[in-house]
Amino acid sequence: MTGLGLRLAWRNLWRHPRRTVLTLAAIAFSNVLLVFMISLQVGTYGLMIDNSLQALTGHLQVQADGWLDDHRLQQVVPDGAALAADLRAGLGLAAVSQRAVAHALLSSEERSYGAQLLGVDPEREPLVSSLPGLLRDGRWLANGGAAEIVLGSALARNLRVAPGDRVTLLGSARDGSFAASITTVAGVFDSGIAGIDRGIAMLPFDYFGETFAMRGAAHQVVIVTPALEHVPEYEWRAEALLPASANLVVLDWDVLQPGLKQAIRADIGSAFFVYAVLVVLVAFSVLNTQLMSVLERTKEFGIHLALGISPGRLGNIVLTESALLGGLGLLLGMLLGAAVTAWFGVRGFAYPGMEELAASFNLPAVFYPQLNLVSVTAGPGVVFVFTLLAALYPALRLHWLEPVAAMRAA
Amino acid sequence: MPAVRCIELVKTYRQGSQAIHALDRISLDIAAGGFVCLSAPSGGGKTTLLNAIGGLDLPDSGEVWIDGERVDVLGKAALASLRLHRIGFVFQSYNLVPVLSARENVEFVMQVQGVPAAERGRRSRAILAEVGLEGLGDRRPAAMSGGQQQRVAVARAIVSQPTLVLADEPTANLDSEGADKLMRLFVELNERHGTTFVIATHDPRVMAYAKRLIRMLDGRIVDDIDQAGG
Repeated sequence: MTGLGLRLAWRNLWRHPRRTVLTLAAIAFSNVLLVFMISLQVGTYGLMIDNSLQALTGHLQVQADGWLDDHRLQQVVPDGAALAADLRAGLGLAAVSQRAVAHALLSSEERSYGAQLLGVDPEREPLVSSLPGLLRDGRWLANGGAAEIVLGSALARNLRVAPGDRVTLLGSARDGSFAASITTVAGVFDSGIAGIDRGIAMLPFDYFGETFAMRGAAHQVVIVTPALEHVPEYEWRAEALLPASANLVVLDWDVLQPGLKQAIRADIGSAFFVYAVLVVLVAFSVLNTQLMSVLERTKEFGIHLALGISPGRLGNIVLTESALLGGLGLLLGMLLGAAVTAWFGVRGFAYPGMEELAASFNLPAVFYPQLNLVSVTAGPGVVFVFTLLAALYPALRLHWLEPVAAMRAA
Repeated sequence: MPAVRCIELVKTYRQGSQAIHALDRISLDIAAGGFVCLSAPSGGGKTTLLNAIGGLDLPDSGEVWIDGERVDVLGKAALASLRLHRIGFVFQSYNLVPVLSARENVEFVMQVQGVPAAERGRRSRAILAEVGLEGLGDRRPAAMSGGQQQRVAVARAIVSQPTLVLADEPTANLDSEGADKLMRLFVELNERHGTTFVIATHDPRVMAYAKRLIRMLDGRIVDDIDQAGG
């Protein structure tokens, strides 16, 4: 389209300023919404993943092959501490720590409850888990093999114990013997994640090893990488550092916590339905505007056809009008959307009823939308494409226009 | 070789059960450089004949030849190209693009023809001067009188230097002074460039300018008068 063609298309748009402004406002408003909503999703998902993984899972775990499914005490990483040290050195990461896992019956003076016990390195665990930092009462585990335990808040409440109280644990050791011990509650953590607060307790790795006859073995070596996008790189580097003889695997967070991605996918799916409705509504608005615009110019188009201007060229003018309308809406939407999103990115965004959902993923109730190239361009880009598609029908109609009949149009 | 040759043209419209013979076996030759008026009462078939000659409407049967080329068998694209490059149309209502200035209206057709921008500018200024609109090129149609708008429409029609100009009731919306000016312009263009004019009208003042007057009634030619001598 040359300069005159562009000028013509631009001026045609403003033959009916009110109609054009309304259509433009619809496009720009939907683009602002899309930029904000997609940015909010990006920010929320990042936070969801980080917070969920920070609680316990980490980005990567080294486990015995099959332990994830079977959870048998005998499926071990033979020398967990040594492997963790090797991985720390080999990967150049401090956030690597071993854990042992067993199930046991915890009893206080009044009550008994089943729980998952984690034997953790008191010094390293705070680097791979947020739980040590979420203590509500008492203190974190001391270094060494002291007979002490940290409980989730709901578990402590159910057992009716507090820091300083004694708890008896009874389970099955790695060698098949009874594992039994009396331990003192050092602290109580409150993660906000019901499943963790109700069912997890942590003990020093050495004390756990003595109690459950682990002989230095672990069940997990947890690795936290600097950022989520680095996980694949660290995964193959960790695989290369595993002892060849051991039957060990490196699993990433997606395998370890599949529910997280499923939840995100489900949320994306429902959000995209809303986006699709929005885009279709905008497309119909543009279709309506362009169709009206073409219909009321039928006689003019008839004259042009009579002068020898091809329907394709007239269609190009209609498409250019839509491209200008969509392009202007795209620019306005992206600029306003980015400004609104940036403002909420600093101030945070919350709405009623969000707290419960947020708490289930260990998230704060205030979200911070995250602007990036994709969140700013993806939605408006799709709207722009649909704006052009919506103009196809009015443009194609010109191909069926007969000059004589068109010129007779009122 | 005539500029226009029509052979046994038939065009019938249906209005309910009634058949209306808009063209009833019309045959005629128009010489190159001719200045012809088609005169008929409303519904007499003059516009239908004009549309058939210009390839805007296809006859049910018969042949139309322009400059020795048969055009009633051409496809849509070829007909559009014929109209763009060899035929100029002037209509009763001027139908200028309201958002373009007079000069831009004229240039728009040239742009479609692929004329370079500098050449378009030169030719549009020249043609607007020729039709008496010098200095009014930047005005939009709404700021021009009916006569001025019709002159822009004429400029648009002849800017590509067509060999044939077809005009359908070109003076219908003009006062007598405007009509006279337009007809004098047509005569001047006809004499200066040798452009063939075929004008459909029922205005006796317009007919007076014609070298040849063809009277039609009910789709037939009932009279063919050579007025060149008079």
